[in-house]
Amino acid sequence: MNIDFKAPVLAVDTVVKRFGKTVAVNGLSLDIRENEFFALLGPSGCGKTTLLRMIAGFEVPDEGRIRLAGTDITEQAPEKRPLNLMFQSYALFPHMTVRQNLAYGLEMEQLAKSEISARVEEMLKTTDLQALAGRKPAELSGGQKQRVALARALIKRPKVLLLDEPLGALDKKLREKMQLELKRLQNEVGITFIIVTHDQEEALVMADRVAVLKDGSILQCGTPQEVYERPANRFVAGFIGVMNFIEGEIGADALFRAGGEVLACDHNGLKRDQKAVLAVRPENIVLKSDGTGIAGTVVDVAYHGLDRQLYVKTTLSAAPLQVRLAATGAAAAQTGAAVSLGFDAAACRIFQD
Amino acid sequence: MADALRTKLTGRAILVLVFSFLYLPIAVLVLLSFNASGLPTTWSGFSLRWYVSLANNSDILHAAWNTLVVAIFATLIATVLGTMLAIGMETRKRRSTALEALAFAPMVIPDIVLAVALLTLFSRLNVTMGLSTIVISHVIFDLAFVCSVVRARLKNFDFSIVEASRDLGASSFTTFWRITFPVLLPAIIAGALLAFTLSVDEFIIAFFTSGAGRSSITLPMQIYSMIRFGVTPEINALATIVMGVSAAALLLSQWLNKEQMTR
Amino acid sequence: MSSQTVRSNLMALPAVAWLFLFMVVPCLIILAYAFLTRGLYGGIEYTPTAENFQRVIDPLYAKIFLTSVRIAGLATLLAILIAYPAAYAICLSPKRTQPLLLFFAVLPFWSNYLIRTYAWIVLLNREGLINNLLRWFGYEGEPLALLYREGAVITGLVYNYLPFVILAIYSSLSRLNGELIEASRDLGAGRVRTFFRVTLPLTMPGVAAGGVFVFVLSIGNFVTPALLGGGRFQMIGNLVYDQFLTANDWPFGAALGMVLIAIMIGLLLLQARASARFCGEKQEAANG
Repeated sequence: MNIDFKAPVLAVDTVVKRFGKTVAVNGLSLDIRENEFFALLGPSGCGKTTLLRMIAGFEVPDEGRIRLAGTDITEQAPEKRPLNLMFQSYALFPHMTVRQNLAYGLEMEQLAKSEISARVEEMLKTTDLQALAGRKPAELSGGQKQRVALARALIKRPKVLLLDEPLGALDKKLREKMQLELKRLQNEVGITFIIVTHDQEEALVMADRVAVLKDGSILQCGTPQEVYERPANRFVAGFIGVMNFIEGEIGADALFRAGGEVLACDHNGLKRDQKAVLAVRPENIVLKSDGTGIAGTVVDVAYHGLDRQLYVKTTLSAAPLQVRLAATGAAAAQTGAAVSLGFDAAACRIFQD
Repeated sequence: MADALRTKLTGRAILVLVFSFLYLPIAVLVLLSFNASGLPTTWSGFSLRWYVSLANNSDILHAAWNTLVVAIFATLIATVLGTMLAIGMETRKRRSTALEALAFAPMVIPDIVLAVALLTLFSRLNVTMGLSTIVISHVIFDLAFVCSVVRARLKNFDFSIVEASRDLGASSFTTFWRITFPVLLPAIIAGALLAFTLSVDEFIIAFFTSGAGRSSITLPMQIYSMIRFGVTPEINALATIVMGVSAAALLLSQWLNKEQMTR
Repeated sequence: MSSQTVRSNLMALPAVAWLFLFMVVPCLIILAYAFLTRGLYGGIEYTPTAENFQRVIDPLYAKIFLTSVRIAGLATLLAILIAYPAAYAICLSPKRTQPLLLFFAVLPFWSNYLIRTYAWIVLLNREGLINNLLRWFGYEGEPLALLYREGAVITGLVYNYLPFVILAIYSSLSRLNGELIEASRDLGAGRVRTFFRVTLPLTMPGVAAGGVFVFVLSIGNFVTPALLGGGRFQMIGNLVYDQFLTANDWPFGAALGMVLIAIMIGLLLLQARASARFCGEKQEAANG
C-alpha cells in the first residue's frame, strides 16, 4: 500500500447517541486519515448507519464531538458541512435530469453558470454518464443510478465522502465490478471515503482500514489483513470470513486441549485451567497423509471451482469442521472417507470471552 | 380450456351489465338534452335549443356563477390546508390516532348532520349566511380529500431526497421549493381538481349554509328546485354540461396521478 | 418534543384548527342541543332533558327508524351483491385494462348526485323511458307506477353508491395473493369451495368497508327519499331536515343527528375490528 497517510481528517470523539431507551452508538471514537478508504462494517442494528448520519449532520450526538479537519462540526447543519453522503436509496431527484441532479449541489454554492456547466460536463465524463445526461432517474438502471448518485456527491469536491451501503441494491456481478470501480475512482479523485456496509467481503476488498462494529461500539479497527488474520475477539472472528470454532480449555501448561488432543499453545496470557474456544480458518487445516493428526470422517464435500470445502466430523466439536482444499488436491476427499487433520498452530486464535 | 373461456365470457357479461347499469341512465339524459321535443316519449330530431334556452336563463347563469366562486375559493383554501396537513401527518415520527380520525371524519360524517351542525353554529354566532359560509363549509370536506390524495403520494415518497438536498447544500426552505413541492405538485393538482368537483356538485351542506334568499343559490340548489317543482327539458342540458365538466376534471386529475406514479 | 415533531404539528395546525372550529365545535353544539328543551316558538330553552332521545324510540319515530334501517340495509346488500361480481370481473381482466375499468366504474360517483338521482326519475316516470319501452313492446295496460315506491328509493341508493363498493372490494381482491387461490385448488378444493373458504374471507375487509359506507350514507340520506320516494318515505335524514327547516324543533333534530353519528361510529369501529382480525389471518396465511 503506497498511500501516504496523514493527520486525521475526521475525528469522532467518544460519541453517544440514544433513541429512547436504546443506545445506538455507545461512546465511540474513531480517527479517519486523509485519502483513506475506510469501511464501517457490522450487522444491521450495530449503529453504523447512525454513526454515518451523525457525521453527515442528520442526527446530533447526545454526547461527544465530531471534528472535520480540526473544525468542530458536531452541531453544524448538514448543508453547511463540507462533506457529502451517498444515500443507500441513491435519493436522486425524480423530477430532474441526470445533468440537473449533478448541477444542483453546485447551484447551492452559487457558482457562476459557466463554472457549473463546466464542472458538470467534466464529472459526466469522469463517471462515463455523458450519454445519459438528459435522462430522468426513472429511465436509468440500478447501476446507472448508483453512478449518478456518486457523481452528484463527488462533484461537490467534499473533504470526505460518506457512502451508505452503496452497492447494496445491485446484483452480485455488478457489485463486484463496482467495488473495483469505486476503489479506482477514490484513487483518482483523492477524496477520503467512508463506506458503511454489512458485507464483510465488500469491506475487505475495498477498504484500506476496517472498523468492525457491534452494539454501538468498535470491536476492532485495522487493515483487512489484520482483522482477517488476527481477529480481536470471537465475534470478529466469526463475522469475517468462514471460521471453525472448537470449544475446549487451557490447561496449567498453557496448552489448549479439546477432546483429549493438544491443538495449540496460548501465547497471550489467557487464564489457565479455564474454558476457552479455538478459532481456525478452513485454509489453516490440512489433510495429513502420515496418519498422525486428528481422525475424522468426511461427511460432505462442496465444490467451489477453484477449491473444495470439506465437512469433516471429528470428536472435537459437534458441528463438522470446514476444511479448504485445492480442487486438484487429494483424491481422499470423498464423502465417507476417513481422514486425519493437522492444524496450523500459528494461525489459530484462542478466545476466552 | 373450456373452463377458462367460460370464466372469461362470464366476466365480460358481468362487466357489460354493470357498466350498462352505471352509464345508461346518464346516457339517456345526455341524449334527451339534444332532443328537440325534450320529452322522453318522442325523438323529434337533434337540436341545441335547450342549451340556447339555458344560456338565456339568468337564474341558472347566476347560480352557475355562484357555484364557480364557491368552488374556486373553497378549492384554493382546501388545497393549501390539505397539503400542509398531509405533509404534517406524514413527517411525524409517530402516527397520531386523533389526527387520523380528524382527517378521516369529514369523508364519512353524514352530510345532513354536518349541514345542520354548521347551520346551528352560524346562527348562534349570528353570522349572515351566504357564499362565504358555503365556502367555509366546503373547505371542511375538500381539505380532507386533498389531504388523502397528497398523503397517498407521500406514502411512496422517498424522504431521503429531502436529506440529499440538505446534504448538497440547500437550506430547508430551498429544499421545500425545489424538491418537495415540485415532486408533490401533480398530486396536489389532482387533489385540487377532486376538491373542485366535489364543491361544484355539493348540495346538502350548501343548502343549509347559504342563508335565506336567492342571492347565494348554487347550481345544485337550482337543480334540486328544478327537479322538485316541475321538470323542464333544460335540466337535461344543464346535467350534460355539469357532468361533462366533472368528468373532464376527473380525467385530468387521474392522468396527473398516473403520470407521477410512473416516474 | 423533537424539532421535527414541532414542525410537523405546525404544518398540520391550520387544517386542524379549521376542522376543529367548523366541524368539531358545531357537532359539540348540536350534541348539547340534543339535551336541551325546545322553546315555545321554536327557540331553545336551557332546561336539560333526555326527552329528545326518548322521542327517538317513540312508536311513530321508531317506525321511520325501522324503515330507514330496512331501506339502507337492502340497499347495502344489493350493492354488495352487484359490486362483488363486478370487482371480481375487473380483477380477471388483463392487468393493463384494470385501472381503466376501475376508473370508469368510479367516475359516476364523483359526478353530481342530484343529476344521477334525477336520471332515475326520467327512467321510472309514468311517462318515462321504461313505461315507453314497455308500450313499444306491446304492453297495453296502465303505465306502471315505478316511481315513489320503496324499490325506487333503493334503486337510487344502490345506483349512487355502487361505484364506491366496487372500488373497496376491488382493492381487497387485487391485494389477494393469487397463489393462495392456486394453493387451495392444489389442495383439492373446488372453485366454489375455494371462493367461500379462501377468497371471500380474505376480501371481507373490502366488503365491510363498502357496506358500512353505503349503509351510513343511505340511512342519513334525504335527497333520494325526497326525489324518488316523492316524500312518501320518511327516513332519518328527512326527519332531521324537517326538524331544522320546517318543524323548527332543533333539539329533536340534533338528537336524531347524534343517533346518526352514533350509528356511523359504531359501524366504523366494528369494521375496523373486523378488518384487523381478517388482516391478522391474512398475515398468517401469507407467512405460512
